[in-house]
Amino acid sequence: MDVKENIATLQNNRSSEEVVVRIQDLYKSFGDNHVLNGFNMMLHKGENLVVMGKSGSGKSVMIKCLVGLMTPDSGLVEVLGEDIASLDQVDLDELRSEIGFLFQGSALYDSMTVRENLEFPMRRHRKKFDGITDTLPLVQEALENVGLAHTMDLMPEELSGGMKRRVALARAIILKPKLILYDEPTSGLDPITAKEIIGLMRSIQKKYGTSALIITHDVDCARVISERMILLVDGINYAEGTYEELVASTDPKINAFFKK
Amino acid sequence: MAIAAQMINKTKEFFIEIGDLSYFAVRFFKQAVIPPFEFKELLKQSYQVGNRSLLLVATTGFIIGLVLTLQTRPTLIEFGAVSWMPNMVGISIVREVGPVITALICSGKIASGFGAELGSMRVTEQIDAMEVSGTNPFKYLVVTRILAATLMLPLLVVFGDLIALFGSSLVEFMKGNVSFTLYFNTVFDALSYGDLVPATIKSFFFGFVIGLTGCYKGYKTGRGTAGVGIAANTAVVMASLLLFVVDFIAVFVSDIFYEL
Ligand SMILES: Nc1ncnc2c1ncn2[C@@H]1O[C@H](COP(=O)(O)OP(=O)(O)O)[C@@H](O)[C@H]1O
Ligand SMILES: [Mg+2]
Repeated sequence: MDVKENIATLQNNRSSEEVVVRIQDLYKSFGDNHVLNGFNMMLHKGENLVVMGKSGSGKSVMIKCLVGLMTPDSGLVEVLGEDIASLDQVDLDELRSEIGFLFQGSALYDSMTVRENLEFPMRRHRKKFDGITDTLPLVQEALENVGLAHTMDLMPEELSGGMKRRVALARAIILKPKLILYDEPTSGLDPITAKEIIGLMRSIQKKYGTSALIITHDVDCARVISERMILLVDGINYAEGTYEELVASTDPKINAFFKK
Repeated sequence: MAIAAQMINKTKEFFIEIGDLSYFAVRFFKQAVIPPFEFKELLKQSYQVGNRSLLLVATTGFIIGLVLTLQTRPTLIEFGAVSWMPNMVGISIVREVGPVITALICSGKIASGFGAELGSMRVTEQIDAMEVSGTNPFKYLVVTRILAATLMLPLLVVFGDLIALFGSSLVEFMKGNVSFTLYFNTVFDALSYGDLVPATIKSFFFGFVIGLTGCYKGYKTGRGTAGVGIAANTAVVMASLLLFVVDFIAVFVSDIFYEL
């Protein structure tokens, strides 16, 4: 029970702070496949929240509802104070320019160079930069943040998996978003590269003061980066707390995540 | 019974597919007329469409012209009508053989290419990444490709026709000692607007069908990499089938026009 109590105190402590993401009673199913069954979540400003779940548990579905890539069957999704469902295309795009999204498989455009990949988000979100015409300094800055300034003119196919992920990270932060969503940032990478990515995520957060929602099934990643965790089981927020609290739990469903 | 049920199912699926495709076409027309327009991408795609199929169209065109002439010669000689060769071959190439063969080649090359490209962009979440970057992926990827195919196919057909006529004239030159000038003069004298106009209009429709089915199959690709192969494959089958339907309708319609 002490996990639940802790959540209560945590939420009370936080309640005065600015809420960046609020999800209430989120339902989403595909035919008979009921993926999310009343998921709740809150992310506060400057916070690092990890949502952990087995693969296929609906983590990606949840995070896609946050940016309007998927429409929930029911429930409230509020991002940066805006109710996603109520936005028209223009406002939704405006909001999206405040959100960085790192996709599971990097999702670099494979017909474009690294530079063009990074410039792509700026094509339509120019407004945010008060008519900046020279994008090169921004591209350089973003690439330097991930230590890949020399890859600017390479094609994605010339990069290793870890480098691709870093370029994707640079692309996610190029618009200086207030919120970054990470979909399995370490999946498919070897442990050392995964550690590098986590290190970059932290330094970027420190530098720009962004809030981050990280979804993963990688326990090591969660341990290192999370301030608070939510376990997604059976389509609901099954448990919530710090890593230490959750590890100490005796609930078998929670335990299953941490058994080696 | 089982077979009957299966057939009913297949028929149902077929009509659902046609419905989906029509909806996709409607979406194309809507998006094609609303700004912003992606001119640069349209140019790039047009170049690619032409570049990818030029050599194939040339090769098949040349062989078709050659073979058609070689096979028609003995019959025409028998009737003492060998001087009619340029008229006969010229008209059949321009009216029917050129457009259909070029379109079939292009459906193998272009429709499958679009299916595979968009399919892999779909499964690797590149399309989602575009969407959250504020660029409408339907406009950027689909509209430009369909337009490119529609605009380029008539050009490819003209090119294929000319090569086929060249193949034909080569046979006439070698076997009948007809000069190239005489051959081409006879062909162009024989051709009327009634041959050229319907063939050109038809070619636009062929291009549209190829672009539409390729993009439709690619854009709707299911999850998982197996989907990409299926998309490319079914795109070719569907495009080739629809080409013949369009050809039938085109012949029918132009027949009505010239009856009037
Ligand atoms: N577009 C879709 N159509 C149908 N089913 C989907 C779709 N996207 C996800 N699903 C299903 O939703 C469930 C959760 O998927 P996902 O969120 O990708 O899992 P993960 O937690 O590994 O990210 C899976 O069972 C998957 O099959
Ligand atoms: Mg996932």
